[in-house]
Formats: sequence, structure tokens, C-alpha cells
Amino acid sequence: MIITNSLQKFGQYVLLMKRVFSVPDRWGEFFRRYIAEIYKLGIDSIAIVMTISLFIGAVITIQVSINIMSPLIPAYIVGLTTRDTLILEFSSSIMSLLLAGKIGSNIASEIGTMRVTEQIDALDIMGVNSANYLILPKIAALVTFIPVLVVFSIFTGLSGGYIISSFTSIISTAKYVYGLQSYFVEYYVWYSIIKSFFFAFVISSVASYYGYNARGGALEVGKASTDAVVVSSVMILLLDVLLTNLLLQ
Amino acid sequence: MIEVRNIIKSFEGKTILHGIDMTFDAGKTNLIIGQSGSGKTVLMKSIVGLIRPETGQILYNGKDLLQMNSAEVRHLRSEIGMLFQGSALFDSLTVLENVEFPLKMFTRQSPAERIRRAKFCLERVNIQGADNLSPAEISGGMQKRVAIARAIALNPKYLFCDEPNSGLDPRTSIVIDELVSDITKEYNITTIINTHDMNSVMGIGENIIFLNKGHREWVGTKEQIFTADNEALDNFVFASNLFKMVKKYAAQEQRTAPFPPHSDTPGGK
Repeated sequence: MIITNSLQKFGQYVLLMKRVFSVPDRWGEFFRRYIAEIYKLGIDSIAIVMTISLFIGAVITIQVSINIMSPLIPAYIVGLTTRDTLILEFSSSIMSLLLAGKIGSNIASEIGTMRVTEQIDALDIMGVNSANYLILPKIAALVTFIPVLVVFSIFTGLSGGYIISSFTSIISTAKYVYGLQSYFVEYYVWYSIIKSFFFAFVISSVASYYGYNARGGALEVGKASTDAVVVSSVMILLLDVLLTNLLLQ
Repeated sequence: MIEVRNIIKSFEGKTILHGIDMTFDAGKTNLIIGQSGSGKTVLMKSIVGLIRPETGQILYNGKDLLQMNSAEVRHLRSEIGMLFQGSALFDSLTVLENVEFPLKMFTRQSPAERIRRAKFCLERVNIQGADNLSPAEISGGMQKRVAIARAIALNPKYLFCDEPNSGLDPRTSIVIDELVSDITKEYNITTIINTHDMNSVMGIGENIIFLNKGHREWVGTKEQIFTADNEALDNFVFASNLFKMVKKYAAQEQRTAPFPPHSDTPGGK
């Protein structure tokens, strides 16, 4: 029963995506909405991304320095570990999980409300491809803007570690900075950005699917929003394993 | 003109529409009436193509909607205006932008022409000075009128209204009814209204179909309702004490003449 249900939902999702990825009725209108979505989904998320990254960067620095406190391990490893943790996992995967909560619920509730208040029916009646009109700008906006969020997250997380090293005695700033510069692999940044493209697509498309198929009233919109966050979070974790295996081996 | 032929629609094994046949005339306000759950909304959504019936034909000027290709459906949709129960105005757009929206999507008009046309439509429904307000900032009656303005922006051939008076006070309901009726006559539109508001039925019902448990129970005009020999229709239309008295009065006076329109009734315009 669960398998049949899941397959049915996957089929509906694929059919919805087929409608989403068609040529927009009006390119001008598409770009107008695309810009608006970049602002709403992307720029509006910068503050939360930077705040969380700053503190997590600081916490990673403290925890690593406490855990590797040993005369056999050089202190600059703290900076190196903080950097790699942020680049490889936190700024793409964990940040995407957080964005699935913020952006995913926003998209699902917005589209779900439009569905239950018949605004989507109104678009369909007019002959507008509602899936394309509503969802494509959201997917395009998040997929194109997420590298910016990843870069902001990495930079702010590293800054958090720097601030901690400046104001405490757990590690000297010079050793922390030396650690950041040691054994840097540029590909890791690309790996992080490539992963984030997939995560952005999952967040925006899965949330749109649940919102678009919401039926009933406020209760169902709330449920659609919750389902969107749960399913996109699980999908992000699965994709994380898959992409890490593909891209780092 | 719209004709529906033998429309059957089921949901999860339960038949909602049992072979409905009906002709909706151009230039008239055609009403679909019936109790809640009688299949009114399913019939209307089937006619506009939001729901696909299992069998039957839906003929728009002789052409079957169910046999049209996507380009034909798209063209037909540009000739359809619809007023939804909850108005369905786009929250993210202002009043003026809502009316301008179909023009932006389906015409090559310049922004100035679009705004001119949108303002004309808003004036036609007596909305002034609300151009830059959001739908949430205007009353329910105004929302309905803005939705009518949006529906007529592209000069539709067909206008559908799903319970246009729900949630409105009696006075505003009359205004909306008369507006829809006037626009129907003015532009010779085929208008179909889905309602269970008896004031609308008596005020603007020129061609009425009464649905009962998914069956076409009765078809006629507002005048014929008084003389109809149909128990289910009687029970539905004359359910309230007010309408029972109206019927009694009509019988006493042997008034089978046309029921006075809203404008002639006390409190009417």
C-alpha cells in the first residue's frame, strides 16, 4: 500500500514537472516573477544563512580544538577541519536542510493556499499553464541563487571560527588562518556547489508538488507544508549520500 | 451557446452526475440550481474543463470540448471568463493588476492600452479609487466585482459564475446579480450561474436547470417555477417561510405573470 501510494505520488510529481518545464507563455512575465522569487527565496534567506553559519563555524572551531587537544596534533588542524567541515557538508547539505524548512514550507503554503482559494483554477480557466507560471520561476530562482547562499555560508562560517580564535585563547588567529590555507582543495567548493544545485531543485520542486496538490482548507495546506519539509529533507539526505559517493570517489 | 449531452461523472465509484442534458443560451442568464451536494459545481467544472466527465459531450457552439486539442482548448479558454465562489483574486497583485492580468497574458497590447482597458472594466463594475489596493484590503462585494471585471477583461463569449452571492449581504447580492445580468445582455454572453440563492433565481433566472442528486430534475424559467408540478423543486425553492408566502400570494392572485425583477422589488435598486 505504501509502495503503491509512493509510486503514484512519484508519477504525479513527474507529470507535474513535465508541465512545469514547458516554454513560458510570456517570457517577460516569467523574468518578472523570476526576479521576485530570487528576492523572496534567495535574498530573504541570506540573513538566516549567515547567522546560522557564523555560530556553527564558531562552535565547530571550539569543538575541534577541544577534541584534538594533543601535543601530537598541530594546532592549525583546527582551522583545516573547520574549513573542510563547512565546505564539504555544512554549507551545502545541512544548510539545505535548514532551507527546506524555511523555503519549502513557504513555497508549499503559498501554492497550497492558492489552490484551496481557487486561484490556481482561475489561472487554468484563463488558459495559463498554472504549473509553469507558478513553479518554474521558483525552481529557476532557487537553483540559480543557491550557490550564492553556499558561498555566503562558507565565508561566514569561517569568519565565525576566526572571531572565536580572536576573542578566546583556544587557538591563535595565526594558526587558525594557517589551517584555513593548508591543503586547500578547490574541487571541494565545486563539489559543495554542485550538490546544492540538486538540493535546491529538490526543495523547490517537492514543496511545489505538495502545495499544488493540496486539497481542502487550512488544515490540508498545513499538512502539505509539513509533508513538503519532511519529504524534501529525506530526499536531501539520500541525495547527499549518492552525490558524495559519485563526486568524491 | 453551450450544450451538454449525457454528461456522466463519478468519483471513487459514486456517480455524481447521471447523464445530464442541457442547453445554455447566449445572451441569457442560465442558472444551475440545486441543494448542496446535488452536483452543481461538478457540472460547472465539467463544462469549463476543470473536470473531465467519463462520457458525454460539451459543445461550445457545436464544437466538443472533450475532443479539442490543446491549442483549441487554449483558444477556447481565452473566450471564457469565470467568477469563483471566493473571488479567486491573486493575492500578490493589486486590484488593477488583477484585472490587467489576462490582458498581459493573452494580448499584445501596450501597458498603456492594458491599463486603459482594465480601468474601463473596473469602472463598468463601479469600482473606483481602488486600483492600488490589494484584494485583502477591499470588501467581499468589491472583490466579487473586481473578479467580474477580470472575467470580462478579454470580452469573453462565455461567463461562468460559481455561487456569486455566497457570503454577501442581500443588497450586495442584488447588485452582483444585476451586474452579471446587465453584462450578459450588453455583450451577448452565454452566462451560466451556479447558485442556491432563491433571490437570484427569482431575480435573474431566465433559463434554469434544477439538479437533484445528480439528475436533471427540472428545466424552465423563473416564471414557470410557480406553476411547476415537481415536488423536489417545490421543496427546494419554497423551503423558506418567505418563499412559501410568496407562492401562496402568487396562487391567490393567480399571478403567473413574470416575477418582478430585483429592481421592482421592495429594497431593490
